[in-house]
Amino acid sequence: MLKTRTITLNLGPQHPSTHGVFRMVLTMDGETIVDLKPIFGYLHRGMEKLAETRTYLQNMPLTDRMDYICAMTNNLAYAITVEKLAGLEVPERAEYIRVIMAEFTRVVNHLVAIGALLNDLGAFFTPMLYCLRERERILDLFEMTCGARMTCNYLRFGGVAADLPEEFVPQAREVVAGLYYWVDDLERLLTTNEILLARLQGIGILPRELAINCSVTGPTLRASGVPYDVRRAAPYSIYDRFDFKIPTLDEGDCYARYLIRLAEIRQSLHIIEQALDHLPPGEVQAKVPRLLRPPVGDAYARIESPKGELGFYLVSDGGISPYRFHVRAPTLINLTVLPDLVRGLRIPDLVAIIGSIDIVMGEIDR
Amino acid sequence: MTDDERIAEELKRNIFLTTVDRIYDWCRRGSMWPISFGLACCAFEMICAAAARFDLARFGMEAVRATPRQADLMIVAGTVTHKMAPQVLRLYRQMAEPKYVIAMGACAISGGTFRSYSVLQGVDKIIPVDVYVPGCPPRPEALLHGIIKLQEKIERQSVRTVPWYRKA
Repeated sequence: MLKTRTITLNLGPQHPSTHGVFRMVLTMDGETIVDLKPIFGYLHRGMEKLAETRTYLQNMPLTDRMDYICAMTNNLAYAITVEKLAGLEVPERAEYIRVIMAEFTRVVNHLVAIGALLNDLGAFFTPMLYCLRERERILDLFEMTCGARMTCNYLRFGGVAADLPEEFVPQAREVVAGLYYWVDDLERLLTTNEILLARLQGIGILPRELAINCSVTGPTLRASGVPYDVRRAAPYSIYDRFDFKIPTLDEGDCYARYLIRLAEIRQSLHIIEQALDHLPPGEVQAKVPRLLRPPVGDAYARIESPKGELGFYLVSDGGISPYRFHVRAPTLINLTVLPDLVRGLRIPDLVAIIGSIDIVMGEIDR
Repeated sequence: MTDDERIAEELKRNIFLTTVDRIYDWCRRGSMWPISFGLACCAFEMICAAAARFDLARFGMEAVRATPRQADLMIVAGTVTHKMAPQVLRLYRQMAEPKYVIAMGACAISGGTFRSYSVLQGVDKIIPVDVYVPGCPPRPEALLHGIIKLQEKIERQSVRTVPWYRKA
């Protein structure tokens, strides 16, 4: 009988479809993947340790740079945790602004995720260009509000850094209306595309039980038929006031994850519309001491970030900087199912699966 | 008019005199191919610079290569950690001469906000850098400006003095 032996193949850290500096060591039997070993740490910047040497507010920019595609939701998670730790109240208008920003961030993230997925599948740059074009419109809104495109650093404890400029609301409505139309357009362009179907349907099926056992969250979990969303399961901020659906699909394959993202963009736009309609006047920042010294204790708060459940765990010793700063990064935990998903598939499928899980290395390695 | 005369007339209109340096620099400047090498946040602004709004293609640099062997320009976009530094160096060595490096963003320039145990405090500690683009992350316009500065730098180089044509 012919004897074959497995070979070891290295993918990354510099590879166009690994979304940053992610490295995988694959064991291959011919064309088939037998095993996958992920290797992290190429972007480990020591954020959790750095945070212990800085004041609470100085840590806000660090959270921007964790999941750098959705800075606003990282800000939100951190701000909520510190507010829980220090017992701060947030004015009504600031809550609405936070929701608007968080949902715009979700749209941005899903646009990038879909664009990058298609990019990895070999539709080189055309879908990405469309997605980035729409993303720029939202970045314009961020820029007029806080001055930065990506790393916003906009939220403060007990509010936000500055009120919305006058032009924001009309322009935001315009962007939302345009995005509704554009998502339909994208769906016509991609959803029934034959190549996309062939590459995504039935690939990387994540069973419901495995997803729950590995604590997968976010669109990846909802594509496996679990209607779990922190915005509904444990409402934070003012999410209990909005009407929105939690899209779920039962297939659990890459195609389902792609469809879930499209559906979530629509839901986010719906939330933004409601928030813009009911945006109350008033203050955007509560009275908070400049140098925050939360009481001794610890706090954990979580939000539904675009990639999954993002949580911060802070321990205070009563000083000006946290004693411990821990992040529950959704993509790191979502990535733990990767070896199970790719066994028996081929490398092009692996690329599609990574794209559909939507990872960002800044958050995984921190 | 005989054929010879006609050819002579044609040649007058189609021959230009220039120096080797000038034509060499012009070619090199107009077709720099960057390596697609994103490390962290700045990589995304680099992608934005290549996308429709900012359009890197206007400067002949849209042909982003996935392999260092086909690339002329390395845009170090993001934080270089101690774990990543050997790979960065290896990629730089795999690029064929002439090669240029742009350090994009505060992290690549000096470590930026990450003054920590795991971050290399500036990529110029391991590879030579031609242009520094500050910002955290720099806007795409800033990257474009950095690239234009690099093109100006290339225009000044002479075949006679560039290191890659010297005898070893």
